Amino acid sequence: MSVRSTIVSEFERVAKDQKKTLALLSDDLVLLDSGLDSLCFAIIVARLEDTLGVDPFSAGEDAGFPMTLGDFIRFYEDAAK
Amino acid sequence: MLQSSGGSLWNSLTAAGHLSDRFLWGADASVTLGDLVSGSSLGGRLEELRGRSILVATRNQLPAALALIELDGIARRLVLCPPDLPLEHVPVVIATAAVDAVVSDRAAPDAAAPRVGAFVTCSPTIAPAAAERTGRHQTEWILLTSGTTGPPKMVVHTLSSLAGAIKGGMTLAGPAIWGTFYDIRRYGGLQIFLRALLGGASMVLSSAEESTGDFLNRAGAHGVTHISGTPSHWRRTLMSPAAQRIAPQYVRLSGEIADQAILDHLKASYPQARIAHAFASTEAGVAFAVGDGLAGFPASLIGQQGADVEMKVEDGSLRIRSTRTAVRYLGDHGETLAGSDGFVDTGDMVELRADRYYFAGRRGGIINVGGLKVHPEEVEAVINCHPKVRMSLVRTRKNPITGALVVADVVLKTDLDSADGRGVELEREILQVCREALPRHKVPAAISFVPALAVAETGKVVRHNA
Repeated sequence: MSVRSTIVSEFERVAKDQKKTLALLSDDLVLLDSGLDSLCFAIIVARLEDTLGVDPFSAGEDAGFPMTLGDFIRFYEDAAK
Repeated sequence: MLQSSGGSLWNSLTAAGHLSDRFLWGADASVTLGDLVSGSSLGGRLEELRGRSILVATRNQLPAALALIELDGIARRLVLCPPDLPLEHVPVVIATAAVDAVVSDRAAPDAAAPRVGAFVTCSPTIAPAAAERTGRHQTEWILLTSGTTGPPKMVVHTLSSLAGAIKGGMTLAGPAIWGTFYDIRRYGGLQIFLRALLGGASMVLSSAEESTGDFLNRAGAHGVTHISGTPSHWRRTLMSPAAQRIAPQYVRLSGEIADQAILDHLKASYPQARIAHAFASTEAGVAFAVGDGLAGFPASLIGQQGADVEMKVEDGSLRIRSTRTAVRYLGDHGETLAGSDGFVDTGDMVELRADRYYFAGRRGGIINVGGLKVHPEEVEAVINCHPKVRMSLVRTRKNPITGALVVADVVLKTDLDSADGRGVELEREILQVCREALPRHKVPAAISFVPALAVAETGKVVRHNA
């Protein structure tokens, strides 16, 4: 599965588990407008670390925090390279 | 306790001056401190509240802020009701603090709430009143903290213990404007509120109903210069397109462990700002702030004789003695706040590496999920209810968004059903039990099925910190 599809399926799964209504996923969706809260993002980041083997949020490199879903996917694609 | 000198909050405020230029901005309303010179938020009923033990239970923060300003020195006790206090604990709080008046922003008491002496409505619309502000009491400020289970602990402070860390003489080009993501009815937020008031500044109050972006927009519009929050608040801020709506000169983190990544990200996002991470707790007060941009704190802070705040490490945990610690607990918890030597055990475990101490989690494995405490035993008790579970160990997993998440290791009574290879179905079942019984942040983010758990000679499951 690609990084993109892994991320999208984690967003959908966590939204369902946490009973959140997920906004329509597109690259320019602002993460804080996605319907998910900090706890949801925390779980997504932990699950992605297990499946993709990377946690770019903890890497502390120069890249800023992602703001949109597109940023978020690139954040992981770059880290997984 | 009667006051020996005229040191009420209102007296200190008026001494700082410029009251009409100083604002408190809520999400829906604002006031200047000057409005309170010949007006009141309490509908002319200040005198009725003199000498009483008052529960300040408002929905919004601005009415609470005004009530605290008006009532310090007037009330015998101010009990600060945090916004999420479960209704079932209100009667215990009222009885323990001998509350005989409630100040609320509602028009009438909640029908379900216990009856107390007086009910006074507090409004951000200041009505003209000839308020006699001579305070005679050294008011006890009661802060509530979440206990292991059951009712909250009630921690007694005074204005002087709360303000002990606040030094005058901020050097700024213009007037300071404070903002905080915290609620001012908890220790961290109250610190910022008092800093703003006693330091001659204005303040932007947050609102639980407002998104991170909306708060940042509002804070930016008011020109916030000093702003504080937990590392989790700041991570959320850095994910918001509104992050650049503020251009603070001072960024403060507290309430959770500040790791190097968040300090670096903040430095990159706000290059003009001084970034400091502070250590404080409701019981121990403000201990220190570190401004060197590095996680942890210099070992030289430990064991300084004659310092304002004395710190030591004993049995791995940080202990603090200063005039800023709380006075005592209210009620009978069978627990004293400080040891016989006057040091308060923070329960925060620290590790020395090179010449720096680093925080290593809480004693007893208490997990801090984005500022909310989780006691592992409480979650284990729920997991252990599942008929197939023999025992479980709930532990922390580090997380870059909320600092930590809850995860569980589970030992089953019999081997996993071969039809459910990795236990996906059973994990789902156990999580469902947890979701029905626990608030969201306490539900494990993942469950691992393990053959056994390490048990110590005491017969207890071995817990590791962080």
